[in-house]
Amino acid sequence: MSDLMTYTAGTSIIHRLPAGAKVLALAVVSITTVVIERPWLTAAALALAATATVLARLPRRLLVKQWKAYLVVVGLLGGYQWLTDGPAKAFQVAGGLAALLALAGVVSATTRTTELLELAVRCSTERVGITLALGIRSVAVVYDLARDVRAAQLARGLGFSLRAFAVPLVVRSLRQADGLAEALIARGFDD
Amino acid sequence: MPLIEFAEVTHAFGDGPAVLEDVTVSLHERRIGIIGGNGSGKSTFVRMINGLVVPEAGTVRVDGDSTANQARRIRRKVGFCFTNPDSQIVMPTVAEDVAFGLRRLKISKTEVQERVAAILETYGLKQLADRPAHTLSGGQKQLLALASVVVTEPEVLILDEPTTLLDLSNERRIRREIEQLDLQVILVTHHLHLLDGFDRTLVFHQGRLVADDHPDQARTTYRALI
Ligand SMILES: Nc1ncnc2c1ncn2[C@@H]1O[C@H](COP(=O)(O)OP(=O)(O)OP(=O)(O)O)[C@@H](O)[C@H]1O
Ligand SMILES: [Mg+2]
Repeated sequence: MSDLMTYTAGTSIIHRLPAGAKVLALAVVSITTVVIERPWLTAAALALAATATVLARLPRRLLVKQWKAYLVVVGLLGGYQWLTDGPAKAFQVAGGLAALLALAGVVSATTRTTELLELAVRCSTERVGITLALGIRSVAVVYDLARDVRAAQLARGLGFSLRAFAVPLVVRSLRQADGLAEALIARGFDD
Repeated sequence: MPLIEFAEVTHAFGDGPAVLEDVTVSLHERRIGIIGGNGSGKSTFVRMINGLVVPEAGTVRVDGDSTANQARRIRRKVGFCFTNPDSQIVMPTVAEDVAFGLRRLKISKTEVQERVAAILETYGLKQLADRPAHTLSGGQKQLLALASVVVTEPEVLILDEPTTLLDLSNERRIRREIEQLDLQVILVTHHLHLLDGFDRTLVFHQGRLVADDHPDQARTTYRALI
């Protein structure tokens, strides 16, 4: 999960675009494809997403990883729409979603969290920006903890047990949160 | 060097037993080591220096300011590096985390970038600048945690077991970096050899300060205790 939305350093034109422009473009495309239901618009969004993906020159490994995750969702949704509303609607909904996921993937892979945060800061306050960053960091930490807890279970020859998984995960997450709170104080968050 | 003063400090967490008892000591040397068994009170003692723990009885002062009411001011000159780097790293990527601590210095963006680049180079983390912090190895995280504190140029640097996860070459790197820092260093460690050349070493045992000596004598006292 955490690798899907990870900044990947690069010098492409998409990397160099200001964060604000990218987020704005993403917002405009999301809103128009959802609000105005026209097949040509979906096609245009897909073409835009494809162009952005090519221009961003992201590593193939990342794209494959992203698309492995996206295709399942897009496929399921498209299949369902095809059965209920026919192919035109399926193209529009699944195509629109695919375009948005691809664009979101390109934006997050080519924009440093700091830039996104600075944007949040300009639109609100610095604390909001830092809080968002903390959220991102915490998701990554809990994800790692979950992997460690699962690995520990496997190493002890245990099968999957929800209780044996959830209890240590919650305990360790809380301990981590305590530590994080202390670190924030020590590092001058309240200054 | 700043002056750190503990006066008749006693502390217990909640209803528990005293974890520090009647500790009175003044520290102003450049290099101070702290050793003692697990649970002897070392971490609690150093946490008191920057006011993360305020003692129930007695006072802790740094350059005359009490941690009970001047903690924020004290924290600006006391940098703290925790044992577990995962809880200390607060930003998603390596470079961002180093930059985080520089916020309070109110320096320009270019200067922030320059300082971040310089410290990452020194700590051998340059190649990892844009990596998500959680994908680093344990030792790399520990290096990052240290770099993020050192970059803010504190007057006192407290290190609570900063080398537990490091391999030999990185332990040597940290040791060399610490040696070169022109500031007061307070090092809690179980790696007794790291205290070679230190000015002074405190030994804790069951919440009491049982020895306060040159590292060699202190190490002997500690070994006799266990
Ligand atoms: N937040 C807390 N709440 C309750 N008890 C605590 C808390 N922090 C520490 N203690 C207790 O205080 C005692 C001293 O802990 P401290 O962390 O200072 O020891 P230490 O010398 O750093 O040990 P170690 O070498 O294992 O890190 C221990 O018995 C510990 O269980
Ligand atoms: Mg400790």
